[in-house]
Amino acid sequence: MIMTRNPQPTPKVVLQVQNASIFYGSFRAVRDVTMDIYANEVTALIGPSGCGKSTLLRCFNRMNDLVPGARVEGKITYHGKDLYARDVDPVEVRRRIGMVFQKPNPFPKSIYDNVVFGARVNKYKGDFDELLETSLRQAALWDEVKDKLQESGLSLSGGQQQRLCIARAIATKPDVILMDEPCSALDPISTLKIEELIHELKQNYTIVIVTHNMQQATRVSDRTAFFNAEATEQGNRVGYLVEYDHTSVIFNNPKQKATMDYVSGRFG
Amino acid sequence: MTDISQPHTPDTTNDQFRKIWTSPRNLFGLFMTGLTGLFAAIAILPLAAIVINVASQGLPLINLDLFTKLPPPPGLSGGGLGNAIVGTLIVLGVAFVISTPIGVLGAVWLSEFGRGSKIAYWVRFSANVLSGVPAIIAGLFSYTIVVMTMGTFSAFAGGVALAVVMLPIVMRTTEEGLVLVPEEVRLAAFGLGATRFETVSRVVLPAALPSIATAVTLALARAGGEAAPLLFTALNNNFWSTDLFRPIATLSVQIYFFAIIPFKPQQELAWAGALVLLSIILIVSIVSRFLTRRKSY
Ligand SMILES: Nc1ncnc2c1ncn2[C@@H]1O[C@H](COP(=O)(O)OP(=O)(O)OP(=O)(O)O)[C@@H](O)[C@H]1O
Ligand SMILES: [Mg+2]
Repeated sequence: MIMTRNPQPTPKVVLQVQNASIFYGSFRAVRDVTMDIYANEVTALIGPSGCGKSTLLRCFNRMNDLVPGARVEGKITYHGKDLYARDVDPVEVRRRIGMVFQKPNPFPKSIYDNVVFGARVNKYKGDFDELLETSLRQAALWDEVKDKLQESGLSLSGGQQQRLCIARAIATKPDVILMDEPCSALDPISTLKIEELIHELKQNYTIVIVTHNMQQATRVSDRTAFFNAEATEQGNRVGYLVEYDHTSVIFNNPKQKATMDYVSGRFG
Repeated sequence: MTDISQPHTPDTTNDQFRKIWTSPRNLFGLFMTGLTGLFAAIAILPLAAIVINVASQGLPLINLDLFTKLPPPPGLSGGGLGNAIVGTLIVLGVAFVISTPIGVLGAVWLSEFGRGSKIAYWVRFSANVLSGVPAIIAGLFSYTIVVMTMGTFSAFAGGVALAVVMLPIVMRTTEEGLVLVPEEVRLAAFGLGATRFETVSRVVLPAALPSIATAVTLALARAGGEAAPLLFTALNNNFWSTDLFRPIATLSVQIYFFAIIPFKPQQELAWAGALVLLSIILIVSIVSRFLTRRKSY
């Protein structure tokens, strides 16, 4: 009667990358990435500048479609569905896979209108005020802005603006949240707040985060993917996935020497 | 002069930061600052002179009749420019209704959809050429297209002529405003699952609204003062008319006619009309500034 259970069941795969190469025109920016991203985990993408972390991240919700000439070879699936299949509407993809950018980019609208923007365009039927409050609370911003919801989002500090952007992403009720260096423009305290927030959020969302901050990767992520770039015969630099594992493994006993060098700061 | 080739040895006196007004570089700086100020003053001199002149000549002649009465026959005095004031508003209204949607939507296309394309380049180039075309040519255009086909001079033909004058201004100024909206804000909207249309209509256009209002006001101000393109499109009318498809009086044309005839009452009306026209343009500018003073970017 009693079935033997795996003590630590492998979590569900949300995004699956199979042999993906990403091009800008004829330039191959990233080659042959294969990795799975799991539900309700935080996955960190680390690596030196120009190795294609942002490029890969943008392919997860088809933001790269907006770059003329950008193209993906190989396969990226979301819950088993090929994201780049012909019948896929990138707008629908972005509703489920939200994005937080490096630079806080609130709309020049009120705080209220910023948060409910996604709900408005997605014809959300529920109560906007309730959505507003829960999203702002989840983004740990409610107490700071609850008395000035009609003020412009641009009137907030940089750290508050970034939390507003996170609230805005949450209010769209996505499944996955992509974050591209969300703390790089912020002070240590705001950074800490956002890191705590990421911890909270992973109970409900799957999060992929690009970061240059090793400590941040160890603090927030469950798994870490290390990317590197190497020169090709044409003299270009192409990014590739070096190693992908649990964060503790990547930072304590990685299998590749390059990973060890990078995470310990000995990187040439 | 300080010798920067030598290592710096701090001066122990408290004098080292004292400003020496008579040193050549400070004097030269002072002189250049004064010069720029002088030229700035020269640049606004014509505007100030025009306003003062028109106001001093026109103000004593402002009375209720000016707004409510028809112009007097040549040589007679009294009367007003009521029909021309109404006419100017009507013709400008027509020009506004035609040029704003075309100009704004054209600018949206240029900045949001056609950016960087060959067609956009040529559209922009044409708009620039068009804004350099003398206004009388715009009148000629409307004359051939509207007056000749409809067989009559009309307020509508005048509106079309002024719309041609306004179009490049609306389009180019709006586009400049749209381009100022940061790319990140568009990406944010896309990232939340907005379509391109939703991004433009809900984020980019509202953010650029002050620029659009500026564009339209600028264009209205420019077109409102034009007489040449109206001479053979709207023509003139000595009577009240609000009919879009009949000739209509306008302030600029009325001023032109009254300024060149040798009767004092008419010349005085021309001055008063000039003041009214100037005020209309000023009011439009101030109102739009007021409505849109909260610039987003
Ligand atoms: N829009 C684009 N058009 C053309 N090439 C691009 C574009 N964006 C990125 N690239 C190129 O793709 C490569 C990877 O860039 P990407 O921005 O993904 O790197 P990254 O790992 O995010 O770097 P960083 O850590 O500095 O943000 C680089 O060589 C870059 O020049
Ligand atoms: Mg990047």
